[in-house]
Amino acid sequence: MEELIAKLKLQIIEALNLKHLKPEDIVDDQPLFVDGLGLDSIDALELIVLLQQHYNIKIAKPEEGSKIFSSVRSIATYIQAHQNN
Amino acid sequence: MASDPYITQFVRVVHDQVQNNDRIIFEKQSVPLDTFLTDWYTQLGSNYPKFFKMDRQSKLGFLATEILLDQRQLAGEYSSESVGIILSNAQASLDTDQRYFESAKTFPSPGLFVYTLPNIVAGEISIRHKIKGETAFFVSASFDAEWMASYVSLVMTNPTTQACIAGWVDIKDQQADVLLYLTEKKKEKGSLVHNSAILDQLYKKELWKS
Repeated sequence: MEELIAKLKLQIIEALNLKHLKPEDIVDDQPLFVDGLGLDSIDALELIVLLQQHYNIKIAKPEEGSKIFSSVRSIATYIQAHQNN
Repeated sequence: MASDPYITQFVRVVHDQVQNNDRIIFEKQSVPLDTFLTDWYTQLGSNYPKFFKMDRQSKLGFLATEILLDQRQLAGEYSSESVGIILSNAQASLDTDQRYFESAKTFPSPGLFVYTLPNIVAGEISIRHKIKGETAFFVSASFDAEWMASYVSLVMTNPTTQACIAGWVDIKDQQADVLLYLTEKKKEKGSLVHNSAILDQLYKKELWKS
């Protein structure tokens, strides 16, 4: 899990053009939207693309998006649960 | 008839050199445009993380405006509604259109897609500087000093409009070509008259502000 989280942070920085951040600036359980990293709706779409591109995972239920993308750890948990399905 | 407004600041970017009025303020030779823009941003010391999300045209407009307004607090001098933005270029958003087209061959990037309109650069400048005045973006084959002087002067005849950020923000073949200027109704020290002859000379780098 920790390895996946570290990899995800690098991928998020690259995909979302967060060039002002280093992986260690993103706390595992920190909210990604609004108060946390301050991501917006376009970033949410980029995260969906990231999951599809790197992990071949499509979000089946869009209404689950806010829960899945609440933090880097929650994304990693979702990937682990769905990668081999 | 109202008198011509004044050009109180200008920024000229050609390829790898940035000029503000009569001074060269940044130069980076033989580097890719992305590197040029990031290094320019770093030199400015601005703290605006959204810069990294912008496309190259928006970065160019953003950085040039940072220089243009460096010594000024427009928000303190003018109401948001009294400052306009009138921009033009030849390539529209082609630089980003092509990058989005490439990304669409595999996974289309939403972050690129939102920049596939030329007027987004005006939006980014508006957000940064809280500008809500008249805004327009035009596409023409080349920089047209006569048209630019005429249109911007017309906008400045509006009693509400007190200042306008105007000019040319273009990227062609990975090269920047920018003439951005601040025009105001009130004369500042060293101001130039806003007319087509002056704009033509500024674009051709034939005239430095004295």
